[in-house]
Amino acid sequence: MSAIPADAGPRPGSGYYLDRALVYGIAVFFTLWILVPFYLIALSAFSPRQAVFDYPKPLVPTDLSAETMAFFTNSRGVLPSVVNSLVVAVLTIVIGLALGAPAGYALARFQFRGKESFSLLILATKMFPISILSIPLAVTFLRLGLYDNVLSVALVHTAMALPFVILVTSGVFVAVSNELEEAAQTLGCSRWSAFLRVSLPLALPGLAAAAIFTFVISWNEVFAATILTLRNRTLPAQVLTTLTDSPLYYKFAGGLFMVVPAIVFIFFMRRYLLNLWGGR
Amino acid sequence: MASISVDHVVKSFGKTPALRDVSLDTRDGEFMVLLGPSGCGKTTLLRTIAGLERIDSGRVRIGDRDVTYLPPRDRDIAMVFQSYAVFPHMTVAQNIGFGLRMHRRPPTEIRSRVRDGAALLGLVPFLDRFPAELSGGQRQRVAVARAIVMDAPVLLMDEPLSNLDALLRLQARADLKRLHREVKRTTIYVTHDQVEAMSMGDRIAVMRDGMIVQLGRPMEIYDRPATQFVGSFIGSPPMNFLRGTFRDDRFVGEGFDLAFPKPADADHRSLLVGVRAEHLVLGSGEIPARVAVVEPLGAHTLLTAMVGTTPVKVQVPIDTPVQPDDEIRLGVDPALLRWMDEGTGAALPS
Repeated sequence: MSAIPADAGPRPGSGYYLDRALVYGIAVFFTLWILVPFYLIALSAFSPRQAVFDYPKPLVPTDLSAETMAFFTNSRGVLPSVVNSLVVAVLTIVIGLALGAPAGYALARFQFRGKESFSLLILATKMFPISILSIPLAVTFLRLGLYDNVLSVALVHTAMALPFVILVTSGVFVAVSNELEEAAQTLGCSRWSAFLRVSLPLALPGLAAAAIFTFVISWNEVFAATILTLRNRTLPAQVLTTLTDSPLYYKFAGGLFMVVPAIVFIFFMRRYLLNLWGGR
Repeated sequence: MASISVDHVVKSFGKTPALRDVSLDTRDGEFMVLLGPSGCGKTTLLRTIAGLERIDSGRVRIGDRDVTYLPPRDRDIAMVFQSYAVFPHMTVAQNIGFGLRMHRRPPTEIRSRVRDGAALLGLVPFLDRFPAELSGGQRQRVAVARAIVMDAPVLLMDEPLSNLDALLRLQARADLKRLHREVKRTTIYVTHDQVEAMSMGDRIAVMRDGMIVQLGRPMEIYDRPATQFVGSFIGSPPMNFLRGTFRDDRFVGEGFDLAFPKPADADHRSLLVGVRAEHLVLGSGEIPARVAVVEPLGAHTLLTAMVGTTPVKVQVPIDTPVQPDDEIRLGVDPALLRWMDEGTGAALPS
């Protein structure tokens, strides 16, 4: 590439600042779009029960109280369902990565007959919304007698998350040069240990990204979980089935409660994601 | 103790042949260069020796062991890759010590050998840095140090200098040659750069289309190319070729009619005669020519002269008074002419 003279390129004129203002304006708008509902939910969840019906709503917390949250968490079935949800999500990540990462690796590293159609087929399954996929999957599981336990829900969630995991991890492994693995092999590694010591550490950010999305898919999934479970409900299934006959403040508390673990999880995984995207 | 013997090796990628029955013996401690244009199979041959490619038929021996079916780690080799393949998630010290760790050497030994290797390549100040913090030349040296500390009797290098800029390449070339003299490993070095091959190799194997077309010491190959391809691939400028036939003991081609001594077996066939630019002498020779281009290059001047319709490069002293369109005469020692069959490109026996 040729060097760019110092005086070339757009000078920051009025148009430039207008552009920046527009970009930041849009960014702020979308941030508020996401954050304001969170804030209102959190506000209601941490206000006394009757405050939910206050009008006009105070935008700053007037009297904070854990009473509403306590009511929600103490409701029957909520705590076990939280545990179920976490177990399902973790199982989904483990099974999803165990099955999906090798498939992604194979797509990235090997040439084989039908490779193109295989990746297209994987992508094609993502063209259906999860809610459409979840019903036939759940029905299949019911027929197989796999239901009302965390494993069955985790398997359905794995089926939903798998295409995503495969496509993301194959992209990740393509980015890790094959020469690095070959170098490790000439230095005393077997194929397997070359993968473990070189490709895997370098792929971790991408695998973390796949894990995050798998977690979110599993944590939010409600259709299959509702159909498949009766006594061992996941949190979304629990909240959904009790929603119609619950008071409004229960809904706010439930909403907040479902958001928080996802935020915490993403907070910890963020580091790897930013690595992946080239930040620090 | 670690000669390398490649014996009738055949390898193809799908329907594309990469190596067609290649045999090559490299002596213990020798610096062998595989030279050829891209796609000639030189890298495939190197990877075959490293064990990174499975061959279709043939044998590969290192020392007195048949390694044909052994994985790379059991072959007692070390390799430097074209992209360097330095591990980005390890420091320089961890990179250099990686192979030793894989071979479960004791930590104290690893530490001292990493230090020695780093010292040999001037990397001591960078031991705690990550590759992203190094320049291209430093990364290249990390890759070499990582291979050297293994103490493997065989060192394989795949175009290790091709990603360096010209000035750095000159320096690194001399460094590698010094290194080879100091560590005395049997080395196979792949390059497409004929200057690298000439300056570094004990012997050069010139490859084309998956075959070795000539094997010999650098000056042998330079002076007596086995084919037209070798003559035009090696040397800068490449060898000049004139096409013609012998008529009544005169070599006749398009626009020239020269009194060259007739080689044996030269009748009734179309011939090429090859001559190096520096072997043509400006003065009162038997070849009439007309100057087309004059290029002063500092150390000498390069003329492009037309012999009939064929452009010929001539190397003359820098202060030679010639102008474009000058009529000149060129002389040549007949012993320095290289005769080839025009159809096959192969040199005539002489």
